[in-house]
Amino acid sequence: MKEYLDQGAKDTRSGFGAGLVELGRNNPKVVTLCADLIGSLKMGDFQKEFPDRFFQVGIAEANMIGIAAGLTIGDKIPFTGTFANFSTGRVYDQIRQSVAYSGKNVKICASHSGLTLGEDGATHQILEDIGLMKMLPGMTVINTCDYNQTKAATLAIADYEGPVYLRFGRPKVPNFTPVDQNFEIGKAVVLSEGTDVSIIATGHLVWKALEAAKALEEKGISAEVVNVHTIKPLDDKTILASAKKTGCVVTAEEHQAYGGLGESVSGLLAREFPAPQEYVAVMDSFGESGTPEQLLEKYGLNAASIIASAEKAIKRKS
Amino acid sequence: MADISKLESIASQVRRDIVRMVHRVQSGHPGGSLGCTEYFVALYFEILKHNSKNFSMDAVNEDLFFLSNGHISPVFYSVLSRSGYFDVEELNTFRKLNSRLQGHPTTHENLPGVRIASGSLGQGMSVAIGAALSKKLNKDNRLVFSLHGDGEIQEGQIWEAAMFAPHHKVDNLISTIDANGQQIDGKTDDVMALGDIGEKFKTFGWDVMKIQDGNDMAQVVEGLNAAIAKTGKGKPVMIIMNTDMGAGVDFMAGTHKWHGIPPNDEQLENALGQLEETLGDY
Repeated sequence: MKEYLDQGAKDTRSGFGAGLVELGRNNPKVVTLCADLIGSLKMGDFQKEFPDRFFQVGIAEANMIGIAAGLTIGDKIPFTGTFANFSTGRVYDQIRQSVAYSGKNVKICASHSGLTLGEDGATHQILEDIGLMKMLPGMTVINTCDYNQTKAATLAIADYEGPVYLRFGRPKVPNFTPVDQNFEIGKAVVLSEGTDVSIIATGHLVWKALEAAKALEEKGISAEVVNVHTIKPLDDKTILASAKKTGCVVTAEEHQAYGGLGESVSGLLAREFPAPQEYVAVMDSFGESGTPEQLLEKYGLNAASIIASAEKAIKRKS
Repeated sequence: MADISKLESIASQVRRDIVRMVHRVQSGHPGGSLGCTEYFVALYFEILKHNSKNFSMDAVNEDLFFLSNGHISPVFYSVLSRSGYFDVEELNTFRKLNSRLQGHPTTHENLPGVRIASGSLGQGMSVAIGAALSKKLNKDNRLVFSLHGDGEIQEGQIWEAAMFAPHHKVDNLISTIDANGQQIDGKTDDVMALGDIGEKFKTFGWDVMKIQDGNDMAQVVEGLNAAIAKTGKGKPVMIIMNTDMGAGVDFMAGTHKWHGIPPNDEQLENALGQLEETLGDY
């Protein structure tokens, strides 16, 4: 299989921060808002360089979403920043009415998604945000896998007209996608071709999928790894082509099985090409405190789970 | 100088539109709409610098208005159409299938004059602040107005916005609270007492003023002009405007009972008998 080199672990949120500064320099329409988490969201550099285009809203996320919606009137492109839980669940109705239904060009940018924010525990570990956001008509939902991709996505969404939910995280994870990549919203990336099983992954689980594919190769199993950074709109074509080639699918995500990438893929397969699918996701449960690695292991979001699921999916092929 | 009698004459027609709209579809919110008629007429026919013939979402160099308590859409739609945003005949489609005049205002159907969806309460002040910040960034000196129900300020987001605007010196914003003392379940004092609303906003750092009788056209025009004079001085401006819910139709006035119910045929005739047809019914 194709080898990917970890260029050195970095946090995806820093990719967001770096992308924002670049946007600040190149796109005067871009403004940013933060709800008392400048350091956590890596928005400090933007704030320092463009103080007039940065708005501190304090611990008031509902207000932040509403202000962002208003800023679009007058042709600004607002990027909001807070944790994933406070970016979605806490402000669902504000996003629904003032952003999505109103068709406003707001970029809702969320760090600390999933389990891997670690020790803060379940109050902060939202595992439902992809589901909440993908249900909103017209909302684009993106979950990036590493620093380079998060930076590229941050730049790309500024050029796209419409509401976007951009989901990233806190821990340092392998940085392996190209530094100069062209991020195409809605276009899945086949990272490694294979013939026996398709591993369709998003976010932090993409690297785990590559690890799993390598281990499967050593067992004589050829796995195709697809990085679905855009969950909505889903790249039906690439996913279906892969499923048709391999005949079975494993989906992997740092999210609830209900409402996540796996469910979107299931819907697609049910409509177009019924095939065995196994889920690597959190199964109807909240998270808890622990280190990121401990949590990924306890909740079965690691290479070992992907390997076991791949073997199971292959067995289910008739 | 404003021609008050002309504005009053427009207000009479707008009130006819309101009761006819909710009667025709047998749903909608006449009470708050009637109570805010003078405010809307004064705003759209006297105060706002706006381009109703050529609607632009970004409204560069125009004043902006946001309706936060979206359920009083009948008065909003009537005034938008009467001031030229769309044909008055379209008022016939209010709340009907495939209409641009949804039960609560929305941008979704591209109705000229509407710049944000509202209906779920408490969100409009934040939006108005955002639009006001956008104007400042664009060095656009026009103003942003917003209207809120008094019951609506029971929503917590209002107080997030109330805290933000003075902190960030959003002094190109004039918000108004329609203080009619009524909400769906009864008097605000009984449901969830609001206390002294003006004092609350003052404490938060707003420049607060009152319109003693929001159903007196001269007072409303004078009050809005006084509010404009307060802008640009480092503080957001808040108008506490006392109104009579249902004003202009005697049997609807002063009660929460007409918040969200339409008149029947007989009640419509009674109401229309109290309101002169000045601009021609749609």
